[in-house]
Amino acid sequence: MKKQTYTTPNEYGYYGSFGGAYIPEMLHRNVEELKTRYLDIINDPSFKKELDELLADYAGRPTPLYLAKRLSAQFGTNIYLKREDLCHTGAHKINNTIGQILLAEKLGKKRIIAETGAGQHGVATATVCALKGIQCIVYMGEKDIERQAPNVARMKMLGATVVPALSGSKTLKDATNEAIRDWINHPDDTHYIIGSVVGPHPYPDMVTLFQSVISKEIRAQLKEKTGTELPSSVVACVGGGSNAAGAFYHFLDEKEVELVAVEAAGLGVNSGQSAATSQLGRPGILHGSKSLLMQTEDGQVVEPHSISAGLDYPGIGPLHAHLFETGRAKFLSATDQEAVEAAFNLAKMEGIIPALESSHALSALTRLSFSKNDHVVVCLSGRGDKDLATYMKYIK
Amino acid sequence: MSRIKSLFERKNKNVLNIYCTAGYPKADSTVRVIRALEKHGADIVELGMPYSDPLADGPVIQQSSTVSLGQGMTIKKLFEQLKDLRTQSNIPLILMGYMNPVIQYGFEKFCADAAAVGVDGLILPDLPEYEFETEYGAIIRKHGLDFIFLVTPETSDDRVHRLDSLSTGFLYAVSSSSTTGSDKNMADAGAYLERLEKMRLRNPVLVGFGIRDRASFQQAGTHANGAIIGTAFVKALQNSDDEERSVREFLAGVL
Ligand SMILES: Cc1ncc(COP(=O)(O)O)c(C=O)c1O
Repeated sequence: MKKQTYTTPNEYGYYGSFGGAYIPEMLHRNVEELKTRYLDIINDPSFKKELDELLADYAGRPTPLYLAKRLSAQFGTNIYLKREDLCHTGAHKINNTIGQILLAEKLGKKRIIAETGAGQHGVATATVCALKGIQCIVYMGEKDIERQAPNVARMKMLGATVVPALSGSKTLKDATNEAIRDWINHPDDTHYIIGSVVGPHPYPDMVTLFQSVISKEIRAQLKEKTGTELPSSVVACVGGGSNAAGAFYHFLDEKEVELVAVEAAGLGVNSGQSAATSQLGRPGILHGSKSLLMQTEDGQVVEPHSISAGLDYPGIGPLHAHLFETGRAKFLSATDQEAVEAAFNLAKMEGIIPALESSHALSALTRLSFSKNDHVVVCLSGRGDKDLATYMKYIK
Repeated sequence: MSRIKSLFERKNKNVLNIYCTAGYPKADSTVRVIRALEKHGADIVELGMPYSDPLADGPVIQQSSTVSLGQGMTIKKLFEQLKDLRTQSNIPLILMGYMNPVIQYGFEKFCADAAAVGVDGLILPDLPEYEFETEYGAIIRKHGLDFIFLVTPETSDDRVHRLDSLSTGFLYAVSSSSTTGSDKNMADAGAYLERLEKMRLRNPVLVGFGIRDRASFQQAGTHANGAIIGTAFVKALQNSDDEERSVREFLAGVL
């Protein structure tokens, strides 16, 4: 049996007590196919070459590791921003969708489905489907379609069909349910490109591997800039947890690197309007894996709240639940207000408008203590263009 | 002997299992629906425990879950409703549901309480084989409950045999790869059901998904021991204010 470490789940997809593949039999063949083939495909040299070329020439990698001097002075330490916001389509999501579209091609799939909340993953999926000329269907909660009109337009312009999820609370969780139901109904030709490190095994591991390019680059870039490969801390926001998994990955087994995961506290962790899963959740099963889950006493899934649609998810990936349970990562949270303040601060101090999601990670800097020789890396997972309508409400 | 087993010893053709959502259409409908089903000729009742995120279900059953949850249904309430059922009814009863509410209730307590009110078996479609074998199966057996796995047209012969060997009561043959209530047709299921028939499985086979009327029920019966009707029955209960009449009329159209 494969030994389980922080970086690798066991053969049943468990990180500690979290993970697994809690799926109905209707999904078994497709998930099993992925499970038996993903590692061979990903490790194949021709796959790697194609992936690396697309990441470089199409997505714009490596993204810079930028020493933010004025921000550093503000916090009395050295703060590096990993500029995932400079990726094509404006966020780290494209790292995963490029990987998965190549994998779908190898599996001979002709039809791609995806879920999206804010629309970033939907856009990143529609983009790679256009690139490959493959049919793309994106499920999006009816409420989110209303809230995120520009990304809906982008997906349509890229040729995707956007299907409103009308069930449940009509947001990300329900869009994910609808995507899974679509997959059940199309067992032969369809690949489901899930957008974060969630879902049944092998998705959490697979998406982590595709996002791990973030920390691979951080190590090399930090070495070049400072002579040391290991930062003192890596800070990232957690919705489902894909940018954090990618930013943490190559440091997971380096005990001296502090890993900081920042969740969305919404109106406050105890306000009843929050998405801080590690604080509010209990072990539970959603979307095919066992993890921490926000739910009622009776095990009904609770609708979370965050100002940032990308963090508005009632669960976290099983890797993160394990990092939380073992204490390997420190879990903090930022409220809507704190995230907005951090966004305005970065805009004024560094000339960078961050995504609302990433602003949660930035906000955590105010709650961490540093010494002046530390190297702190913040994963700037996305750019703020999509959030301008929200930011405009705060401009006096 | 379990109620399900003795049913199949008495009757192994055209067994009719009807699915309904607990606490639907009214919060207190559960027992009335079960008794009406028994009275008007159903052989097994599969009672769905409503969940906020029922992955394998289409819009009709989802909607019934939403209504039931909105009326305050919980597993705890369900066991209260079923408390005296066995003084009034002897029909085999299966609880169907998703894992999350069950593990929040406490898996062992759930099995114990289910057995105590006279539940005969469980269908938990998102409980995987590995977790069943390593963790949950022993608890289910300890409390004398049957556990029914699903197979689909995509399930390989080897796997059908394995799931059959883990199941007791019957095996649930999903007629096509779909969520419940899809309009995929039973017509294509013939070859698959024949394949299952030739495999000489340990358990009786009931066919579900896409059975809605006499014709599809008869068709399912040609290669299997019977069928399960869900969506079509839930639809028949929508807005019903006389459950017994709805049940009688519905079953008259099937049997
Ligand atoms: C810019 C950005 N950051 C973070 C996230 C959250 O996802 P994850 O936690 O998987 O990185 C999203 C999701 O939409 C996003 O768009």
